[in-house]
Amino acid sequence: MNVLVYLIPISILLGGVGLAAFFWTLKTQQYDDPDGDAHRILRDEWDDAPPED
Amino acid sequence: MLSLPTAYCAACIVGVEGSLQQLPGVRSARVNLTLKRATIEADHDVEPQELADFLTSIGYEAYELDTGVLSSTATEKSSRDLLMRMGVAGFGMMNVMLLSVAVWSGATDATRDLFHWVSAAISLPIVAFSGQPFFKSAWASLRVRRLNMDVPISLALILASSISIYETANSGRHAYFDAAIMLTFFLLAGRYLDHRTRAVARSAAEELAALEVPRAHRVLADGREEVVSVNEIAVGDLVRVVPGARVPVDGMVEEGESEVDRSLLTGESLPVFAGPGEMLSAGEVNLTGPLLIRVAAAGKDTSLHRMADLVAMAETSRNRYTSLADQAAKLYSPLVHILALSAFLAWLWISAGDVRLSINIAVATLIITCPCALGLAVPAVTTAVSGKMFRQGMLLKSATATERLAQVDHVVFDKTGTLTEGKPRLDNIGDHTAEDLAVALALAQGSSHPLAQAIVNATQGEGIRAARISDAKEVPGHGIEAVWSGQPVRLGRAEWLGAKGIDRTATYLKIGKRPAVAFTFTDNLREGAAEAVASLKKQGMKVTLISGDAHAAVQDVAFRLGIEDYRAAMLPEDKVAAVEALSAEGRQVLMVGDGLNDTAALAAAHVSISPATALEATRVVSDIVLLGRSLEPIGGSVALSRSATKRIRENFGISAGYNVIAVPIALVGFATPLAAALAMSLSSITVSLNALRLKG
Repeated sequence: MNVLVYLIPISILLGGVGLAAFFWTLKTQQYDDPDGDAHRILRDEWDDAPPED
Repeated sequence: MLSLPTAYCAACIVGVEGSLQQLPGVRSARVNLTLKRATIEADHDVEPQELADFLTSIGYEAYELDTGVLSSTATEKSSRDLLMRMGVAGFGMMNVMLLSVAVWSGATDATRDLFHWVSAAISLPIVAFSGQPFFKSAWASLRVRRLNMDVPISLALILASSISIYETANSGRHAYFDAAIMLTFFLLAGRYLDHRTRAVARSAAEELAALEVPRAHRVLADGREEVVSVNEIAVGDLVRVVPGARVPVDGMVEEGESEVDRSLLTGESLPVFAGPGEMLSAGEVNLTGPLLIRVAAAGKDTSLHRMADLVAMAETSRNRYTSLADQAAKLYSPLVHILALSAFLAWLWISAGDVRLSINIAVATLIITCPCALGLAVPAVTTAVSGKMFRQGMLLKSATATERLAQVDHVVFDKTGTLTEGKPRLDNIGDHTAEDLAVALALAQGSSHPLAQAIVNATQGEGIRAARISDAKEVPGHGIEAVWSGQPVRLGRAEWLGAKGIDRTATYLKIGKRPAVAFTFTDNLREGAAEAVASLKKQGMKVTLISGDAHAAVQDVAFRLGIEDYRAAMLPEDKVAAVEALSAEGRQVLMVGDGLNDTAALAAAHVSISPATALEATRVVSDIVLLGRSLEPIGGSVALSRSATKRIRENFGISAGYNVIAVPIALVGFATPLAAALAMSLSSITVSLNALRLKG
């Protein structure tokens, strides 16, 4: 069972990475315009991330 | 900030952003398709109105929004905050669940303890962080010595966490870390749904308000004019009101003659003459000639705002309504606490003083009864119902409006602007000779007065060609005069022509020395009005028409819609009294109205609806705003809200059912963390699925 000693920290770390990514999406306002983003991703031209206001 | 009500596709984003960015002075433009708004950064000298006009001209309907009225940032911030807490709880729940599965499937001794400690390390800080909304609300309600739903939630969270630490420290078998964190997650999900529904409604309501940018044309001492915000107008200023504009202030006419439309304030459908010395109130619409007004009251002192006092008085009755959720909480909180406490005392007695066992059982009881499903029962249904209503063109502003709408058994309508469009229609075209009609059409063509427009529409619809007239001149406030085959012709008010007026909405035509002939008008029924009234009556509801207009006009509309009970010439106070009298008879009244004179009655009614064309003050007090032109959704909305209330009750039944099974198990001491987790997730999922069955 010694494998647990490093498997548990690794799994928590990976979860933490996911959590950090979630925080990042919140902070960069990626939930403000779900409908618009769904359309924007299909566009040919380069579209920058939403402006921070 | 511009509103783009018709934007819906990827092409719109490209079109709007691309074309805006080519304009001089525009630095950046960004479309938000969810909110249907465009945010534009531009140099100081770029007028928002110009941008809106430009977008409308290239095919994207756009309106200017008053950014001061939009307080969306605060709402967005708290919604983002809730979402973050929910994300954190979700992250913790998944990790702790993985560890718990190992414990459930039979980990023992040191392994179990290790897993418990790891769970504790993850869940304690997360519960402390994510549970804050519940702790705060529970504390706030305890401080005023009341129990709300958050009290048992907070108690369960705190007790479950502390007993689990104690158990873990003593190498106990059961730890409830997973239950505590799962509870937090599910309850936050319910809270977030609730918050989002309200935020959407609030932002839509704010947008309606922000569309009316209050501006006034102030005339300076040297004769120049400047456009200022209404807030900057002071008493004694001179203000110019152009034809077609709404009077922004209360004041006396200094110069000019015109007619004003008071229908939004009083319900009168007949325009009133306004000349020097006449008093005008904010909210009236100037029809024909430009007016110069000396301001008597502006901003918060106008009659428009004074109406608010009447509203505040009427509104107290509604605050007495307790929502279904509050009723359930009132029943539920004491019951749970008594159950847990008696379980603790009973086991203390049975086990002859084993405090650890007794606390364990009490905590298991608290967790198993905990209102996971109860917390989701109402938000899940409100989210579903407000989404449905929004698609039908109704904006649900109040959280309890659905429940109240479901109880309605008496509907009171206002006439002008609600059942009718407030747009007149010529109804005696057959009484006139073709010659008269041709002259009337020729005269009416030059005017923007609603009655003139109605004549133009009706006669052109009959294929009549305008007569050849010369020297046409509009005399604001009176009518139009011209010369036709050598004789003077006039179209206008009875007094101006020397004719005798009749008791109807009418205008008169006089050709040369011949006696004047009357053109009479009726108000067009609003789209869907007949369907709405018929559908409400079919559902067994009584329908009453209460109007401030003259008797003949009210009777006519009531007759056309098949409403037997109608009352005319009602003042705002009379309307409130009528609604209150119905409530005193035990009726649950739904009031539908748009005018300022309806505002107090709307507030006094059990639940109220107003069309989007109503004044802002009126929309504020009503629970539901009709976004489209048609009244038809009203008929279906009552059925929909009844179905929603039924679902809410079913949801309470379901969660109670789970408790009936789970509580005895917990009480006799067989509840394990696994059973608690199962009961919690199963009941939450059933409740959410049940909410989605909503029909209508």
